[in-house]
Amino acid sequence: MLIFECPYCGVHAEESELSPGGEAHLKRFGPGSDDADFESYLFIRENPKGVHFERWRHSNGCGKWFHAARCTMTLEVFGTYVAQTFEPPQDLKEKITAKRPGWSWRDFS
Amino acid sequence: MSDPVTAMETLRFEGFVTVSQAGSLGMITLRGDFGSKPFGTALKKALGLDPPQKRQIAHGNNSTAAWMSPDELLIFCSWEDKATLMTALQKVIGKRHAMVIDVSDARMTFTLTGSNVREVIAKLAPVDLSPGSFEPGELRRTRFGQIAAAFWLVSQDEAKVICFRSVGDYMFKQLKAASTPGSELDIWT
Repeated sequence: MLIFECPYCGVHAEESELSPGGEAHLKRFGPGSDDADFESYLFIRENPKGVHFERWRHSNGCGKWFHAARCTMTLEVFGTYVAQTFEPPQDLKEKITAKRPGWSWRDFS
Repeated sequence: MSDPVTAMETLRFEGFVTVSQAGSLGMITLRGDFGSKPFGTALKKALGLDPPQKRQIAHGNNSTAAWMSPDELLIFCSWEDKATLMTALQKVIGKRHAMVIDVSDARMTFTLTGSNVREVIAKLAPVDLSPGSFEPGELRRTRFGQIAAAFWLVSQDEAKVICFRSVGDYMFKQLKAASTPGSELDIWT
């Protein structure tokens, strides 16, 4: 069971109060873009064993989307942060480094 | 003029907690950046209350405002007052990017009374209801069983639960099941 703290309403929401929204920080490639970019936007996903970044929605609460960083192996939650960003906040990255030295995920490490 | 009635006004269940349907209540949804100073002043003028803090409920002259999300307030008032309040809100909001909608018919309100109200809610919602963790003055949006709902404590032995009217029957049935005599847990009493 995952428990995330919603960065908008501060509730420690249990998994059943939330809806998963897939991988975080995807860049959209729409009509007119390169085929390879479009394919990667549409189909290519990370499937890490360890640190992972996801989008979640507090659907049975304040209704807001947010980001979460967690470990797919131990289900440890490293932290959550707001949706209005292109990358995880620095302090969260440092926190993950302290717990999982040498981690990397897409372009982040 | 005819009196407003709700769909299941006569619903009542006497378990170890009494479940009843609260009568018609005026509800107004306000969306906008109410945390900003000019907006707050406008609200104060229209409702006589300061915008509530995160998850809190603020009381005004004849209305109550509950924090629903960073940009949404739910304003409760009596059925008779809602038209006046709507007009007052629309007036102070003016050209600001905001939305005021009368949603009185969208939801149903249940009243739970009894010394074990915390237990009944704790059986249905994934919320820590232990005294000290959840107290009167806070509104919590969550799920009850399979449906989205919100609740707050009026006092230590009275709670209000709101959910969408379309799932009101399901809500009543599960509140009834959770308060069936003999199923008390007595963990906080």
